[in-house]
Amino acid sequence: MAYSLLEGNEAIARGAIAAGCRFYAGYPITPATTIYHTMLNLLPSVDGICLQGEDEIASIGFCLGASMAGMKVMTATSGPGISLYSENISFALGSEIPIVIVDVQRLGPSTGSATRGADGDINFLRWGNSGGMPVIVLAPVDVNDCFTLTIQAFNLAEKFRCPVFIASNKEIGMTRESIDLDGLNLPDLIKRTPAPSKPPFRPFQADTAQTVPGFLPIGDSVLVRQTSSTHGPDGYITTDADEIARSQERLKAKLLSAVDQLTFHETFKRDDADTLLISYGVTARAAKAVFNERDRQGKPVSLLVLKTLWPVPEPLIRQVAQSVKRIVVVEMNMGQYVREIKRILPEKQIDFLGQMDGRLIRPAQITEVIDSE
Amino acid sequence: MNSFLNAERPPVFCPGCTHERITHTLDHAFQNMGLAGHQIVIVSDIGCSGLFDTFFHTHAFHGLHGRALTYAAGLKMARPELKVVVTMGDGGQGIGGAHLLAACRRNLDLTLLILNNFNFGMTGGQFSATTPPDAQLGSGFLNRLERPLDICEVARSAGAPYVRRCSGFRKNLAEEIQGAIEYDGFSVMDIWGICPGRYTKKNRLNTKMMEDALAKLPALEGIVAENIRPEYGQQYRKMAATQKKVGRPAVIKAQHQAPQTGRQEVILLGSAGQRVITAGEILCIAGLTAGLRTTQKNEYNITVLRGPSISELILSPEEIDYTGIEMPSVVIALDPEGVDRRRSLFKRLEKDVLVIQISGVTIPAGKARIHLVDLKDQGIKGTDRALASLAVLAKLKKVIRPEMLEAALRIRFKGKVLKSSLELMDRVKIGQWV
Repeated sequence: MAYSLLEGNEAIARGAIAAGCRFYAGYPITPATTIYHTMLNLLPSVDGICLQGEDEIASIGFCLGASMAGMKVMTATSGPGISLYSENISFALGSEIPIVIVDVQRLGPSTGSATRGADGDINFLRWGNSGGMPVIVLAPVDVNDCFTLTIQAFNLAEKFRCPVFIASNKEIGMTRESIDLDGLNLPDLIKRTPAPSKPPFRPFQADTAQTVPGFLPIGDSVLVRQTSSTHGPDGYITTDADEIARSQERLKAKLLSAVDQLTFHETFKRDDADTLLISYGVTARAAKAVFNERDRQGKPVSLLVLKTLWPVPEPLIRQVAQSVKRIVVVEMNMGQYVREIKRILPEKQIDFLGQMDGRLIRPAQITEVIDSE
Repeated sequence: MNSFLNAERPPVFCPGCTHERITHTLDHAFQNMGLAGHQIVIVSDIGCSGLFDTFFHTHAFHGLHGRALTYAAGLKMARPELKVVVTMGDGGQGIGGAHLLAACRRNLDLTLLILNNFNFGMTGGQFSATTPPDAQLGSGFLNRLERPLDICEVARSAGAPYVRRCSGFRKNLAEEIQGAIEYDGFSVMDIWGICPGRYTKKNRLNTKMMEDALAKLPALEGIVAENIRPEYGQQYRKMAATQKKVGRPAVIKAQHQAPQTGRQEVILLGSAGQRVITAGEILCIAGLTAGLRTTQKNEYNITVLRGPSISELILSPEEIDYTGIEMPSVVIALDPEGVDRRRSLFKRLEKDVLVIQISGVTIPAGKARIHLVDLKDQGIKGTDRALASLAVLAKLKKVIRPEMLEAALRIRFKGKVLKSSLELMDRVKIGQWV
C-alpha cells in the first residue's frame, strides 16, 4: 500500500474539489485557515474562484450569491466565525441555498484558544439559527473522513438544498495523517435537481410536502427569485398563514423524513457486551482504542461512532442500543450530545465523560468510566 | 422597449416617497440599455429599498440587512455577464459599512444605488449614518451626538472609480443610472430622497433644499479619475489563468524496512522557529517510506516565532486510533520551552525510553536513557536543530534508518534546501550515551 501525508484541512479542501466545488470564500482563522490556503492553491487552476472576504459575513455572503448562480460552494471557519455566519445560515436554511460550511472547532467560549481543539460547537451548529429549522451536521473522525464526508456533504447540500456543516476539530484539521487516496470509497456525485422545464417557474414549488424544490440558477434565461423573507412557492413575500405553515413543515420534513439517507456511522458490535460507547469526532479514536483493548482483554464493549450528528439518527441509535444495559457517551465538551442520547433512550443507564480543556480525552479515562460501575 | 415593471406587483411606497420615482427611473434606464430581464439581477437590501426586487421582471436576490454587496459579489464572480444592480438604503450602508469599503477597494463591476433618505423608514424613523444632527427623529436626542457620514467621500477615498451624488429628482437621473450600470467597475450613486412616512413628518425637506445642500458639497459626477483601474473580476480571471496546476499529493511507496517492528511514538519538544513541525512531517514521510501509517499531532501557541512548539508522531504498522502519546519510545529535547510545557512527562518515562538531549537543554530527572548531542559545537544553527535530531535518530537506527530519512528529505525538499539538508544529515555526529 502507498500512502500520502495530509492534514485533515487539506483533505477537506481536496475532497471539496473532487466533489465539484468551484467557489470558496473565507476569512482567515486558526485552526481553519489551511482550508483556505489549500483552496487558494487548488481552485484558480481549475477555473474555480477563491476569495478572501473582508470578514466572515462577507465570505458566506459571497458563497450564497455564487450558489444561487449555480455553483457548488464552500466556506470554512471556527467557532467565532460561525457566530458571524449565523444570520446567513438561517437565510440558507429558510431559502434553501446549498452550501457546505466547515467548522474546524477550537476551544471556546468566544475567542477561546485558537490552537486548542474541542467539540464545543455541536449544539451551536444545530441551534444557532433563527427559526430553529433542522440542519445537517457531519463529524469526521480522521483524514479519510475529511475527504469522503466532504464529498457526502456536497451531495447532501445539493440534494436537499440546504447548508451542510462539517464539524471538524483542530485535532483533526491540523493533524497530519497517512491516507491511501486510491483506496477511498468515494460516493457518486449528486447535483441539485433542475426545475421542470414547463413554465411557469416557481422557485420554491416542491412536488410534495416533504421534498425539495427544483433549482434554476440566477443568470440563465428563466427569471429566478431568491429572498430571505417568508415566501410562498413563487418566491414573493407571503402573509398567508396556511402557505407559511406548509412551507415551514416542508423545510422540517425534507430532512427529518430522510434521516436514513443522511446517516453516516461506524458500528462495532459485540454480542456479549453490556456497555455501548457512543462517541464522535476525534474522541471516537480514543473510544476505538478502548474498544480494541477490551476485545484483546476479553471484556468486550460495543462502540457506535456517529458521523452524522444532526438530524439525530434516532432509529440507528435505538437499534444499536437495544441489547445493552448501559451507555457511555464520550465527547470533547461539557455535555452536549449526551442530551440527545438521554432523550432518545430514557430507559437506559447513561453515563457521560466530557472534557474541554484543549487535551484529548485519553483511552484510560474512558476505561475508568466503563470500570467505575 | 417594454417596461421591466411587474404590472401585478406595483410599488407599495408611501405617497410622495422618492423611492417610487427611482423605481420608474431605474425601469427607464433598463429600457434605454436594451437589456433583457434575464441579463439583470437586482440585489436588494433590507428596509424600503429592499422591496425593489419585487417590482421588476429581472432576476432577484433579496438578503440580509447591509449584506447586499456580498451576495452581489458572489453572483458577479460566478456570472460575469450579468448586470448586477444593488439597491440599499442609508441604513444598510451604515450596518454594512465594511462591505461598502471593501467593494470600493475591490472594484468589481457592481452598481450600488444608495436610496438615501436620512433615516430608517420601515422601523419607525430612527437615525441612520446620514441623518443630520438637528433632525427630529425616533431616536430622541441620540442623532445630535453623532456626525453624519458623507458616503461619497468615503467611497472616493476607499477607491471607488465611479461616484455620483445627486437628488432623486434630477431630470436626467435615468441616464445617470445607465452610466453607472454601464461603467466597467464598481459604481456608487448616493441618491437623496424624501421619506414622507417618517422623515418629513417632523423635518422640513423638499427638492429645492436638497439641491441647495448638494450644491454646497464637492461635486462628484461619476468617474473619479484617480481611482480608475482594471475591473476586479477580469483581473482575477487573468491572474488565475497564470496559476500553476497543483497535482495530487505525493504518493509515497514503501521501499525500506523500519528498524523496529512495532508501533513507535516520538515527541519533539522544541520552540517556535526551530522547524519542529517540518521535522515532524519529515519523520512521518520517513515512516511512509517503510510502509508505516503515521500521525502528526502538533501543539503550539498563537505566537509565531516565540513559544513552545511540540510535535507528537506515531509510526505504526497498524491503523492508528488515538493520536495522543501515553508512553513515547523517543523524546527529543530541543529547547527548554518545549521541555517546560511537558515537564511532567519525564518522571513517567520508563527506562527503555530514549531521550535525545540537545546539550544546553536541561531536562527533569527520570529513568529514561539519555543520549546527549552537542549541536552548537557542530555549528548547527537553531533552525536546523530539529532536523539534525532526526539525523541522530536515524544514525542510532531508532524509529527510522538513514535511508528512510534520506528518502523523506528527497520527497519533501528540492534544490538548495535538499542539498543543505542532506549535507546536514551527513555531517551530524551522533553524540554519546550519558
